[in-house]
Amino acid sequence: MDNVVADNVVARLSSVSKVYGNATALNNVSLDIARGGVVALLGPNGAGKTTTVKLLLGLAAPTSGTVTLFGADPRHSTSRRHIGAMLQVGKVPETLRVREHVDLFRSYYPAPMSLPQVMQAAGLEGLESRHFGELSGGQRQRVLFALALCGNPDMLFLDEPTLGFDVEARRAFWERIRAFVSTGRTVLLTTHYLEEADALADRVIVIDRGSVIADGTPSTIKARVSGRRIRCNTALTEIELRAIPGVSDVRSDVYSDRDRTEILASAAEDVVRVMLARDSGLSDLEITSVGLEEAFLALTATNHHEEAA
Amino acid sequence: MTTLATHGIPRPVGPAALQAPATYMPAGRRARMYFMEARYELVKTMRIPAFVIPAIGFPIMFYILFGLVLPSGKGGSHTAATYLLATYAAFGVISIALFALGAGVATERGQGWLAVKRASPMPVSAYMMGKYAITVLFALVLTILICTIGVVFGGVRLSPGHWAALVVVETLGGLPFCAIGLAIGYLAGPNSAAAVVNGVYLPMAFLSGLFIPVEMLPRFLQTIAPVFPPYHLARLAIAAVGLAPASSAWMHVLALIGFGVLFTGIAVVAYRRDEGKAYG
Repeated sequence: MDNVVADNVVARLSSVSKVYGNATALNNVSLDIARGGVVALLGPNGAGKTTTVKLLLGLAAPTSGTVTLFGADPRHSTSRRHIGAMLQVGKVPETLRVREHVDLFRSYYPAPMSLPQVMQAAGLEGLESRHFGELSGGQRQRVLFALALCGNPDMLFLDEPTLGFDVEARRAFWERIRAFVSTGRTVLLTTHYLEEADALADRVIVIDRGSVIADGTPSTIKARVSGRRIRCNTALTEIELRAIPGVSDVRSDVYSDRDRTEILASAAEDVVRVMLARDSGLSDLEITSVGLEEAFLALTATNHHEEAA
Repeated sequence: MTTLATHGIPRPVGPAALQAPATYMPAGRRARMYFMEARYELVKTMRIPAFVIPAIGFPIMFYILFGLVLPSGKGGSHTAATYLLATYAAFGVISIALFALGAGVATERGQGWLAVKRASPMPVSAYMMGKYAITVLFALVLTILICTIGVVFGGVRLSPGHWAALVVVETLGGLPFCAIGLAIGYLAGPNSAAAVVNGVYLPMAFLSGLFIPVEMLPRFLQTIAPVFPPYHLARLAIAAVGLAPASSAWMHVLALIGFGVLFTGIAVVAYRRDEGKAYG
């Protein structure tokens, strides 16, 4: 345990490959996760995110390489006393009450939180006596969060935790995650909502086709697609726009913004100058910085392009 | 590891931050964890009428119908009531074990709930022992109910020693079938496990002499009966009520232990194989 605390790594993959049949889900991945903060794991479906999480939780064994969780093999139940996991689950036993579910999971840990503490931390006050089957979708997600939280763990694994939440519920959940990491603890988050990763993560790891293709803070990831988003009404065709030096992508009809064209460009000012010179009727011009979503799409698109070449 | 960037929020420094978290689990808390798993497995299962009613109701219904109502008036009905008391209780105990473990594990595995539990610090042994414990408990309740019905309505009379032997055989005799259920739960898909249990168990129960005495089956079927695990539990139960010699009981006990070990092995292999799969 001492060296774990000393080198500050809570979870580690060392040269890990995972092969299912003849499909390689992870290809020689090495990854360290340091104590503290939110780490977001992003990637398209089938990229290897789920496999990474399953290896770290001890739900799967690596084909080669080693996986450690708090310095030990995660497949030993004792190393999982440090963690809590909120996974996507099809069906939870519905005949147990919220209190009973939490009570059972508390019994798995050496020093769990009290029931009222868990209920408060997960926002479940007043629902203790409900059967799981009687809860709404959002309440069910919060029970799963409570089960992850009840052992007072050092690290939380959250797999698509806000799937199906409305905007308000999602923001409330983010606050709970922020409260958890504010005590110096660690969250590993997998999500499809890039806005979520952007809002929460201190570190973003992008996995694609079984390899880590980007790893850094959200701002460094975004900077890797050095560029801006230009939106405007223009008579220029997509082919003409793509021919302008510095344009990396052209999209129209996005966000049901029917008339406006969206252009991603590395040197937005130069591109706009050319566009204004060629199209005197250009209107509704707007230049913004790219979000994590564009950065992510650009990164995975580049990766696929390179693999194909 | 000095190259690692520290991502995140400033955290408390000083001795408190360096303290390894409490992960030591005293024996008392470990024992409590096993108890809680069994307790909530029982609470959860008792609230599912679709499990409880067939598990307890069907064997009792069959016993009343085929053991008490149909044979009456033919003479020797006391012997039939006693014999079928032993075999229908065995039938019920085996189906409790196969459904609780087979269908129960396959469903919880297929729906991702088992993954949630396996990602927690719960040892897999606690999960399994919880299911074994409720099988023993349900078997005990069923045996007591069916014996009571046999005494009150069938005029079954046994010595205290025979009653005790019957209860022990029926309650502990379910355990090897827990292992068989567990193997089915891991090998069969979540939607097919219940069908597999039914498809395997009903013919096996018939061929093992659980519905009609094995001596009444064709000679060929009598000779192959010992390959079916329920045959051995039926023989033990019949010996327990004094309708078969107790001298060969040890053979059947060994056979049941053998089946238990064999299917535990199969379940462990299936569980390991599961770790290499994309789900589970």
